[in-house]
Amino acid sequence: MALQQRTRLLESFAAHAVLIVAVAFALYPVLWVVALAFSGVSEPAPRVIPVPIEPTLEHLREVVGSTQVVGGETRWLFGLQLANSLIVSLATALVGVGIAIPTAYALARFDFVGKRGGVKLLLATQMFPAVASAIPLYILLDWLSLLNSRTGLVLCYATTAVPFAIFQLRGAFETIPEDLEEAAMVDGATRFQAFIRVVLPAARPAIAVTALFAFMSAYNEFILAATLLGREEMYTLPVVLQRFIGEYDAQWEAFAAGALVVSLPVMALFYVAQRHLVAGLTAGSVKG
Amino acid sequence: MVEVRVDAIEKRFGSTQVLRGVDIHVPDGAFAVLVGPSGCGKSTLLRLLAGLEEATAGAIRFGARDVTRLEPRARDVAMVFQSYALYPHLTVRQNLGFGLKIRRTDPATIRARVDEVAAMLGLEALLDRYPRALSGGQRQRVAMGRAIVRRPALFLFDEPLSNLDAKLRAQVRVEIRRQHDELKATSIYVTHDQVEAMTLADVMFVLNGGRVEQHGSPAEVYGRPATRFVAGFLGSPAMNFLDATIERAGARVYAVAGDPGGDGRLRAVVPEGQFGRSLHDGERVVVGVRPHDVALAPEEAEPELELTTGLVELLGPELQAHARLGDTPITVCLPTESRARRGERLRLRVEQLHLFDPDSGASLR
Repeated sequence: MALQQRTRLLESFAAHAVLIVAVAFALYPVLWVVALAFSGVSEPAPRVIPVPIEPTLEHLREVVGSTQVVGGETRWLFGLQLANSLIVSLATALVGVGIAIPTAYALARFDFVGKRGGVKLLLATQMFPAVASAIPLYILLDWLSLLNSRTGLVLCYATTAVPFAIFQLRGAFETIPEDLEEAAMVDGATRFQAFIRVVLPAARPAIAVTALFAFMSAYNEFILAATLLGREEMYTLPVVLQRFIGEYDAQWEAFAAGALVVSLPVMALFYVAQRHLVAGLTAGSVKG
Repeated sequence: MVEVRVDAIEKRFGSTQVLRGVDIHVPDGAFAVLVGPSGCGKSTLLRLLAGLEEATAGAIRFGARDVTRLEPRARDVAMVFQSYALYPHLTVRQNLGFGLKIRRTDPATIRARVDEVAAMLGLEALLDRYPRALSGGQRQRVAMGRAIVRRPALFLFDEPLSNLDAKLRAQVRVEIRRQHDELKATSIYVTHDQVEAMTLADVMFVLNGGRVEQHGSPAEVYGRPATRFVAGFLGSPAMNFLDATIERAGARVYAVAGDPGGDGRLRAVVPEGQFGRSLHDGERVVVGVRPHDVALAPEEAEPELELTTGLVELLGPELQAHARLGDTPITVCLPTESRARRGERLRLRVEQLHLFDPDSGASLR
């Protein structure tokens, strides 16, 4: 008995040791960012334990408080850019999931001419890096007069978000037993009602996760945003951040402070969606 | 409450023909069971009745209504699925009320009907739970309740007991029949379990290879199987089949198989009056004997079936003796008091036998 208890204690200790090392490993760079963001000294010397030197909120204020003067009127530039990021990301998630839901459902449930070919095409779009399409997208948006606009950016993001969401959701719909829809139809629902009232709620965790991924990939995207947005007040946050690192001069403290601010919405979103995330990962176990 | 008529229904999936002209008539208020081995088309037939599949040819009528091309929701049927198909995101109460809600029944009526059915099935304490928090038996009852709440004209059951353990299955089986006797709604029940079929049915349809091989009351079908398939499918242990020859000796007719010196021999009296045609000497037949249709022969009488027992299994009230007659395995059931032992020579009387055409498998009655 005592021996067993000691073994268990040892096991627990070992497991925690491994976990602590892993967490430290993952958090260390983040801690450096935090230290930099609050340091009052420019380019502090590297130290083993990252703590702010001469702590200050100056960099945060500098990043968040950026302004722009247009026609004699001072505008809160950072606010505009934050709004850009949120609007574009939210729209990408909505458009992506909105288009993907019916498509994925059709792929999961029906047989139709061109299904296999269509899936292959979708898969093909996933194989090219987004950069490869940057120039064609630029030309297309220019042609549509959508350069420097949130709509244009959302359209571009949707081209990658939609196929990804389709694959995610198709898998989710396939795990939902057809019996459920059939039961609903015998119970008096039309096929569409069965879809809305039974399939969608049953797939809610997967849909939430997919929307979250679409939101995040848009929120973090840099290259297309940097290519397609030319005016400062249209920038999304990754582009803003990048501007702190110039060719000859890098404002690392401002960059770090910006990075912190930029991650806050995502962290909040993850916190809210946590429950769904876990549920989404185990969605396959939903059984009648 | 409705009479169900299925006429010459055919169903093809691509090049696979699953139903090959099935006719079924279920009288108003009857409990009909569709039974058969897997792949016989029984579930497909049920899905056609529900409207979940479309018939390739033929017609389905509920009373005077031709429902062949109607949507499921327009048929006024309720179905209990093998998987129960409870809506995972709805509570038991919402599951029960779903069908009424989608038909825009007013909330007060839904509430009353759900409460009534919950009381009937003992689900009151579970109404606020989600399906994932229910046991298998509870889920089954919710699935039943969801069907009953709707007060449909026709109940369809797709192997509703196959996910329950043996003890619960027997309980729920009795419960289903009791509910039926109370509600008196026409019910069609699919199973591959012959005990369920025998115990539940007013009328049973034995399906094989996409056709109805025989229909009738369980007693009729069990007692007078129309084909060798039906005879072998119903009854446990299964009927023994022996290739035999007809022998006429004076006024008597015998079915003979095996030889006197071998490990087994059949020389059974064929009650000629029972068979619709006279059997001629030397005619080849297949003899069917149910394991329970034998008894120890009296000492002085000539045995009709002689066997050397192999394995003997004691089941409590009876024992099962396994033997061979030539290449054919034979099982007989005897009372435990017979004390049959391995290696013993059993001298048996055949109380009832069936004869089948060796080529077509049809009963020779």
